[in-house]
Amino acid sequence: MRLKPAVPNLLLTALTITLAGMASADIAPERQAELLYLLKHDCGSCHGMRLEGGLGPSLKPERFRQWDTETLAAAILYGRPGTPMPPWRPFITEPEAYWLAGQLKKGIQP
Amino acid sequence: MMRTLLVILMFLSPLTAAGECLTRGTGDLGIVIERASGSIKVLDTSRHEVLFRVEGLGDLSHASAVYSRDGRYAFLFGRDGGLSKVDILCGTVVKRLVQGGNSIGGAISQDGSLVAVSNYEPGGVKIFSAEDLSPVADIPATPLETGEKLSKTVGLVDAPGQRFAVSLYDTGESWIIDMQDPKAPAIRRFTDIGRLPYDALITPDGRYYITGLFGQDGLSLLDLWYPEKGPRLILENYGKGEEKLPVYKMPHLEGWAIAGHRAFLPAVGRHEVLVVDMSNWSQVARIPVHGQPVFVMARPDGRQIWVNYAFPDNDTIQIIDTESLQIVKTFKPGKGALHMEFTPRGEEVWISIRDKDEIQVYDTQTLEQTHSLPAEKPSGIFFTSRAHQTGL
Repeated sequence: MRLKPAVPNLLLTALTITLAGMASADIAPERQAELLYLLKHDCGSCHGMRLEGGLGPSLKPERFRQWDTETLAAAILYGRPGTPMPPWRPFITEPEAYWLAGQLKKGIQP
Repeated sequence: MMRTLLVILMFLSPLTAAGECLTRGTGDLGIVIERASGSIKVLDTSRHEVLFRVEGLGDLSHASAVYSRDGRYAFLFGRDGGLSKVDILCGTVVKRLVQGGNSIGGAISQDGSLVAVSNYEPGGVKIFSAEDLSPVADIPATPLETGEKLSKTVGLVDAPGQRFAVSLYDTGESWIIDMQDPKAPAIRRFTDIGRLPYDALITPDGRYYITGLFGQDGLSLLDLWYPEKGPRLILENYGKGEEKLPVYKMPHLEGWAIAGHRAFLPAVGRHEVLVVDMSNWSQVARIPVHGQPVFVMARPDGRQIWVNYAFPDNDTIQIIDTESLQIVKTFKPGKGALHMEFTPRGEEVWISIRDKDEIQVYDTQTLEQTHSLPAEKPSGIFFTSRAHQTGL
């Protein structure tokens, strides 16, 4: 009985890793580096190069605890109306936005 | 033998070892911010050389600097709330403190005795002694309606009469802080100046404090000769009814270019430079340009305007002739052309090229590049001539 919950957990972990692996496999390492450079220097012009906030809010993982990856990816792609946050869709594809959102939720230091 | 040679080599090297102070004037010196490595370089603009590299200055994203009136010390304002006093003749940090959680810039008072810092977190202005950075005044911003947070402060400048002017991003205010009695700052608050002021400038004569508004059209203008008249909106009809483009980098208003009676300023969310007649604050022209302008800088003689652009057009610089309002040159010095600084009399302009890790120097007559200096992810360039200019 005690082992029972462990099995689905293990499965879930394996599944998550596979999904995460697939997601990052979709984006070439060079492009990942470009995206992190963009995050640091261009997102950083409002959010701070260390993502700790500036005129725009902090992008540290604590802030995104309540956010799911979809919401965060949508904010990156479409901007946030009523705020200065612009849509990055002209420069970032949907899978790239999901990958970035995942990195932000994990807590990346570009 | 080898050692002697090494000592000689060290002596000859332009990169002087820290701690060894120079005996010379500072009028032709400056600094460049190396924003990713938390360092600065001290520059000699006559010899086109790097004199020192000063490290350990914290998070220098969006960092700026002002100078002591003797031109020897640079006060650096870092994003992490760091305030550093750097001796540019010795290449050393005289004093450094972390005075806030997140800051955006600062100013030095008319008499050079006070350094003020504008903070996002916690929102407000802190004022320190320029001598030893000891605290003089702490002026919190207006609290937000939604909670305990205080409004972010932006566009802090010095003004004649030992005053500072600052604007409040979240609450739409401009404040004049009178520091004639450092123990009792007298604050004059102007509310409802417009929505989301994002930056401000003071005209070089110190008379007009002008605030850019992100949340609406127009700019807020405060005449510091007659503050009792209060701020008024100018250029409010500019771009009415036109769709704005998304803004990937906020324009900077500091160093708003003034040539004769005309001022040139970056349009927000548009590929345009605006030309304003300063006698009546009306718009006289819109110059279509390559991208969304970030810095619009006048050559000191007012004959040319140099413009750089926001992402994704930040690889391009354009030069505008102020008489004909025509673009006389467009060139691509490299990705991340972030900042430009003219030598005091304008024969050269120094440009930071972030992605090439270099500063490029241009002759402003021939418009050709003459020198290149190495700098790691360079951003702001600040020459000591700022020591004697109001608002810089």
